[in-house]
Amino acid sequence: MTIDRQAVERQAIVSGIGRSATGRRLNRPALDLTLDACLAAIADAGLTPRDIDGLTSWPDQAVPFGFSGPRVSDLHSLLRLDLSWILGCGDGANVTGILGIAAHAVATGLARHVLVYRTVTESTAQGTGRRPAVMSQMPAPWRTTYGVGSPAQLAALWARHHFDRYGTTREQLAWVALNDRRNAADNPDAIFRDPMTLDDYLTTRMISNPLCLLDCDVPADGAFAFVISHADHRHDTERPVFFEAVGGGRPMTSSWEFWPDLDVMAAMKAADQLWSRTTLRPTDVDLAYLYDGFSIFVLYWLEALGFCARGESGPFIEGGTRIARDGDLPLNTSGGQLSEGRYLGFGHAYEAFLQLRNQAGPRQVTDTQIALVTGGGGPLAQAFLFTNDR
Amino acid sequence: MPLVDDGSRDFWRGGADGRLLIRACAACHRLFHPPGPVCPHCYSRSVTSRAVSGRATVASYTVTHRGWVPGYEPPYVVARVVLAEQPDLHLLTNVVGCDPEAVHTGMEVEVIFEQRTDVFVPLFQPVA
Ligand SMILES: [Zn+2]
Repeated sequence: MTIDRQAVERQAIVSGIGRSATGRRLNRPALDLTLDACLAAIADAGLTPRDIDGLTSWPDQAVPFGFSGPRVSDLHSLLRLDLSWILGCGDGANVTGILGIAAHAVATGLARHVLVYRTVTESTAQGTGRRPAVMSQMPAPWRTTYGVGSPAQLAALWARHHFDRYGTTREQLAWVALNDRRNAADNPDAIFRDPMTLDDYLTTRMISNPLCLLDCDVPADGAFAFVISHADHRHDTERPVFFEAVGGGRPMTSSWEFWPDLDVMAAMKAADQLWSRTTLRPTDVDLAYLYDGFSIFVLYWLEALGFCARGESGPFIEGGTRIARDGDLPLNTSGGQLSEGRYLGFGHAYEAFLQLRNQAGPRQVTDTQIALVTGGGGPLAQAFLFTNDR
Repeated sequence: MPLVDDGSRDFWRGGADGRLLIRACAACHRLFHPPGPVCPHCYSRSVTSRAVSGRATVASYTVTHRGWVPGYEPPYVVARVVLAEQPDLHLLTNVVGCDPEAVHTGMEVEVIFEQRTDVFVPLFQPVA
């Protein structure tokens, strides 16, 4: 494998981070939350909106039930940004991919400071009733004809495969949720913070077996924003976080229901690309933020990234020692999407940046230099390595 | 109700004659699904439909315990089945005609059709 030490994303830094109020049923407009996060991120970078010359977000389209925030064109016009680069990313599978796209925009000189944001109001949109899954609102005859209205049911097919092929158990998978909850106890912004036991997990109602309610992430409200700047600005930035490498991939199909092989996810391809763009290895990673929209995704990511061998992610996390904050591979230290809330990977990125900036308060992991952040599961996959050490 | 269009009509209506019709390439003769206007194997645009045996194996499954789609009352089985004719030809479907808890990976199943107005939805049941 050829290692490209000049991976272009190394010319990008995260210069500012911002977070609105987050949580359940905030009953605040998406635009309001978005402005809070964006203005906070810009100020955190030591900039003003006049300095922002790039803008991107995802999904940048009207999706029902609070899944999408304001369009980039609307935010652009409100703030009168003088842009040289703008991308409203409409690809339904981008998830966290815009972080890498923004890094490449600044690295290649198309912009100096790109504002990236992601906003959800899914909890408020849900109200007090059951929220229909986003997927059930899309025209998808191959799914809805067979009673498939949620990605939980499709994630469950991967989970069953992993259980049947590798002998993975619910007692093992439980540790994704248990570890998330343990970390959320030290995160005042997390939605669910009450202690959870293995017995709690095993007795929680099934959603689509073998996945129970605690294997599925929590609808939330909130906005996150980051300023991605060219590395030339690192000395103007109080706490720069450097991009080390990005990876992505989507082999064969964008479809969940016709994914060709349940033994893999797109994660495998994204991980290969990530490691091909850096000399860092899995043992160099101090913190891992693995996408936990459904718990089973974390198992596939662990294997894809080489933290353990194929099929061994169940034993790897069982007992929760290795993935604890004082373990070999601290995982999802903010509580993840299962306990902190479903922020579509942006909550994970925010926590990774907090940790690398030594600002994570009671849950700060000491001596951290390298964080790995992933987005997506099934056909969707992006992966990033960040460092504070350059 | 499935969306019937030019590409999917054979799949959704083949059951009227008791036939499971799958897209097939006229050039390389391989099957593919979902139906589309181009063969994903050889990229020929010459595509047709072929009746298959309807025999399949459960590759993975889940018993859904929450109702997401009107008309589907839990518990019900969503499964991925591999058709006997071609190991990479899989369908997302329901396994019916047995206790949901009895479904397992490797189970041999066969197609049946459930008429819903003017479409015949291919479902699978355990081989008798
Ligand atoms: Zn062909």
